[in-house]
Amino acid sequence: MTVAQSVLPALWPALPELILGVGVLVLVLYGSFRGERSAEGVNVGALLLLVLALFVVMSQPGTKVTTLNGSFIVDGFSKVMKALILLGSAASILLSRDYFQRERIDRFEFPILIVLSTLGMMVMASANDLISLYLGLELQSLAAYVIAAFHRDNLKSTEAGLKYFVLGALSSGMLLYGSSLVYGFTGTVSFPGIVAALNDTTVGFGLVLGIVFVAAGVAFKLAAVPFHMWTPDVYEGSPTPVTAFFASAPKMAAMAMTVRIFIGAFPDVTAVWQQIIVFVAIASMALGSFAAIGQRSIKRLMAYSSIGNVGYALVGLAASSQAGISGVVIYMIIYLAMTLGAFAVILSLRRGGQMFETVDDLSGLSRTHPVLAFCLAAMMFSLAGIPPLAGFFAKFYVFAAAIEANLVALAIIGVVTSVVGAFYYLRLVKVMYFDEPLAPYDPMAPGLRIVLGLSSAVVILFVLLPAPLVGAAGAAAKSLFAGS
Amino acid sequence: MFGLGILSGLLIVPLCGAAFILTLGDDTEASKRNARWAALATTLLTFLLSLVAWSRFDATTSSFQLIETHAWLTESIRFKLGVDGFSMPLILLTTFLMPFCIGASWLSIDKRVKEYYVAFLVLETTMIGVFQALDLVLFYLFFEAGLIPMFLIIGIWGGKRRIYASFKFFLYTLLGSVLMLLAIMAMYWHAGTTDIPTLLHTRFPTGMQTWLWLAFFASFAVKMPMWPVHTWLPDAHVEAPTAGSVILAGILLKMGGYGFIRISLPMFPDASLAFAPMVFALSVVAIIFTSLIAMMQTDIKKLIAYSSVAHMGFVTLGLFTLNEQGIQGALFLMISHGIVSGALFLCVGVVYDRMHTREIAAYGGLVKRMPLYAAAMMVFTMANVGLPGTSGFVGEFLAMMGAFKANPTVAFFSVFGIILSAGYALWLYARVIYGKLEKPNLQGIFDLDLREKIIIAPLVALTIYYGVHPAPILDTFAPSTEALMQSMKTALSNTQTAAALPPVAR
Repeated sequence: MTVAQSVLPALWPALPELILGVGVLVLVLYGSFRGERSAEGVNVGALLLLVLALFVVMSQPGTKVTTLNGSFIVDGFSKVMKALILLGSAASILLSRDYFQRERIDRFEFPILIVLSTLGMMVMASANDLISLYLGLELQSLAAYVIAAFHRDNLKSTEAGLKYFVLGALSSGMLLYGSSLVYGFTGTVSFPGIVAALNDTTVGFGLVLGIVFVAAGVAFKLAAVPFHMWTPDVYEGSPTPVTAFFASAPKMAAMAMTVRIFIGAFPDVTAVWQQIIVFVAIASMALGSFAAIGQRSIKRLMAYSSIGNVGYALVGLAASSQAGISGVVIYMIIYLAMTLGAFAVILSLRRGGQMFETVDDLSGLSRTHPVLAFCLAAMMFSLAGIPPLAGFFAKFYVFAAAIEANLVALAIIGVVTSVVGAFYYLRLVKVMYFDEPLAPYDPMAPGLRIVLGLSSAVVILFVLLPAPLVGAAGAAAKSLFAGS
Repeated sequence: MFGLGILSGLLIVPLCGAAFILTLGDDTEASKRNARWAALATTLLTFLLSLVAWSRFDATTSSFQLIETHAWLTESIRFKLGVDGFSMPLILLTTFLMPFCIGASWLSIDKRVKEYYVAFLVLETTMIGVFQALDLVLFYLFFEAGLIPMFLIIGIWGGKRRIYASFKFFLYTLLGSVLMLLAIMAMYWHAGTTDIPTLLHTRFPTGMQTWLWLAFFASFAVKMPMWPVHTWLPDAHVEAPTAGSVILAGILLKMGGYGFIRISLPMFPDASLAFAPMVFALSVVAIIFTSLIAMMQTDIKKLIAYSSVAHMGFVTLGLFTLNEQGIQGALFLMISHGIVSGALFLCVGVVYDRMHTREIAAYGGLVKRMPLYAAAMMVFTMANVGLPGTSGFVGEFLAMMGAFKANPTVAFFSVFGIILSAGYALWLYARVIYGKLEKPNLQGIFDLDLREKIIIAPLVALTIYYGVHPAPILDTFAPSTEALMQSMKTALSNTQTAAALPPVAR
């Protein structure tokens, strides 16, 4: 048997990852030969790579395939999550162009690091054992640490990168330690193997400890309370397009990883981890709502908003049912659109070359830029969960799953915190619509327009045509539960 | 057309009007004028369309009619619209009041005209949607969606404390509603559907009914508003522009009552019966207490706002008498109050546009300069008091009659409400209209102009017409009310027989 015959079919399911991996190496070569002038070309190349990978992901059949000795899985869930990751990364590159050019840090490394990070995230979404999961996670994180400090002459940006790195490394260590405990007590790292091992052993203290450590590491990557402290500082310090990236694609990957671990490896011991997830969800929702009230900086506000949103998404995971995971996927789809839309507006607050990043800078935006204000208001009402905007349906599905799973207290706390959260989202609308206008901002860059237009369309029109997205999420969730 | 019926037409037409107005140019005089006329044309068209719907509506049966259903979230959560005897009159009330709101804002709204009319037209869609929705999720969607345009209307075009009022309005009603959302989900998992006609025949276990009833009550009581969760209303009313107050009092407050009659009473009959004494107590407190508060107000709008709370007390009282007179009375009162309180706010708007104050003390002796205005105001004041011959009388009388049948003590106390309402309404009238015209800035005040006459005349006519001839409205409600009574009676007797049966041996 030739190598081609034995290796190629095994690699075939990982084709999108291979495209990104090989493509990014070509981009590195191109970039280092052309030097600083290559930024434009590398950006376009990276964007094309992501789009190509997206096409391949979408054209893959949704049936479950494992490869590479069972460590890599492609199924309906990975398909949807990878599509979201790729969309998030592509949008981040679109959002970044104008910003980096104006800030004069337009280097070709940025899109390359984004693609590398995306590659790691795709591996996370497809991981079927603890080792491949950790590999993907580290590839994603290392690239992310660097781009957090991408504005390397800026004190805040370098501080954000360092902070992210130190705390990220700590959390990776916790995840790894937890994984080793799980391995020690089950004798395997593969998720199906763990499921089988847990069937015939009782869950001992060591395994519980392992799950707790894994959960802690996961919570850090998700920026869920009580491992959220890095988020506001990193979000505020990083260059704004990087913040947009952190709030979008890596969140999708972290959520995919969380679902893979808890539903893929520990579906039969929900009693052990459900209470952890419930606690983390409640704490995140509450902190996200209350702590955001006092924020003046929009980026910090979005950081707390993302903490709260992770809490809501985790409500679906806490239900640990097919409806719950379907809710998580719907939540992530809609959250991606809302976040990218909001950041597209934040990135366009520039006047005479100067960025404006506080809430008060939005004052009277509805008079000077009616379309921009309308879109941001739609994002804010949507984040607050007000129908008929998409954010309402996101919350609807996760809370419906919680009610089905009899987690009534969790659902009640969740909806009450969403009312508290509505207060600060409304404050942004108030500033834009009720207050007196400031001088107009510079015209919006085309990349921002594309991202804002698409995400506004999703947020506003979801109510008319919910079936495709809800159907995709349902199929994704089904693929995780089909075996059981 | 496109498989859409007349009911979706009622939702789409205002949205199309709003989209058209959005395309108009910026703040030039011409585009302002175009926006006004486009909004007026849209609301008139919607009104005509609702009349067509009414002509196709068969008022002799209690079943849902003009039903249309489209695929939506899942197989069992569908985009389903339909009307019956309860909802048809409320839809007509909505479409009827809207052109008046547009007319009342003609001159008083001069900044950001385009956005103003867009907000109003979107609001109209959501209000009609609440009354048409035959799916609980869809009902919730419209119920909440109305908050967005109303928040903007109060916040952008409101008075001095508009920001406080708009936030209070939004968060208060949102907090009430989210619990209803959880209840809807619980019903979904129990019954497997959120289809309202199916749920009307679903029997929920008694214990579950209690929780569901309370969750829905949290939402409807805030929306009604019932004492003690009424405090958002006076603030919202005072700060909202005239047309916003008309819609608040005329339509938005009716959503709570509609929710009780559409969901709470028929779906949770046992819980409704069990909680009726509590609702009676809250209603009586609302009737007496807020009437007393109304008497002490120095701001005309605030006075009418508190009187609305008192009148809504009669509505909840009537609804939970659980007998035919009470419910019919409550429903009639909802329609009548929609017209009368809307008209009263329009009347306040008339003098506010001239003097830019709502302080009662700033007025006096208006009858000398404004005879027509004084006459119109008198009709509405009398209707607000519930004088026989006006539409206010019919509803209150029936509601009281029902209350007397259900619980004479409650009826006895609620009678004080009528006396007190005469007190505050007539006193207001006396202070504003009568007396000497001695304030210098009132000397030059002029009577109703043509636009105001056109706005107020139909409301005067309707107030008197439905006062002497209430049958058209009552007859529309009647079949649905009878069907409701029938189903509740069956449900309650089933529960009682189940309770009377000896426990099953284990």
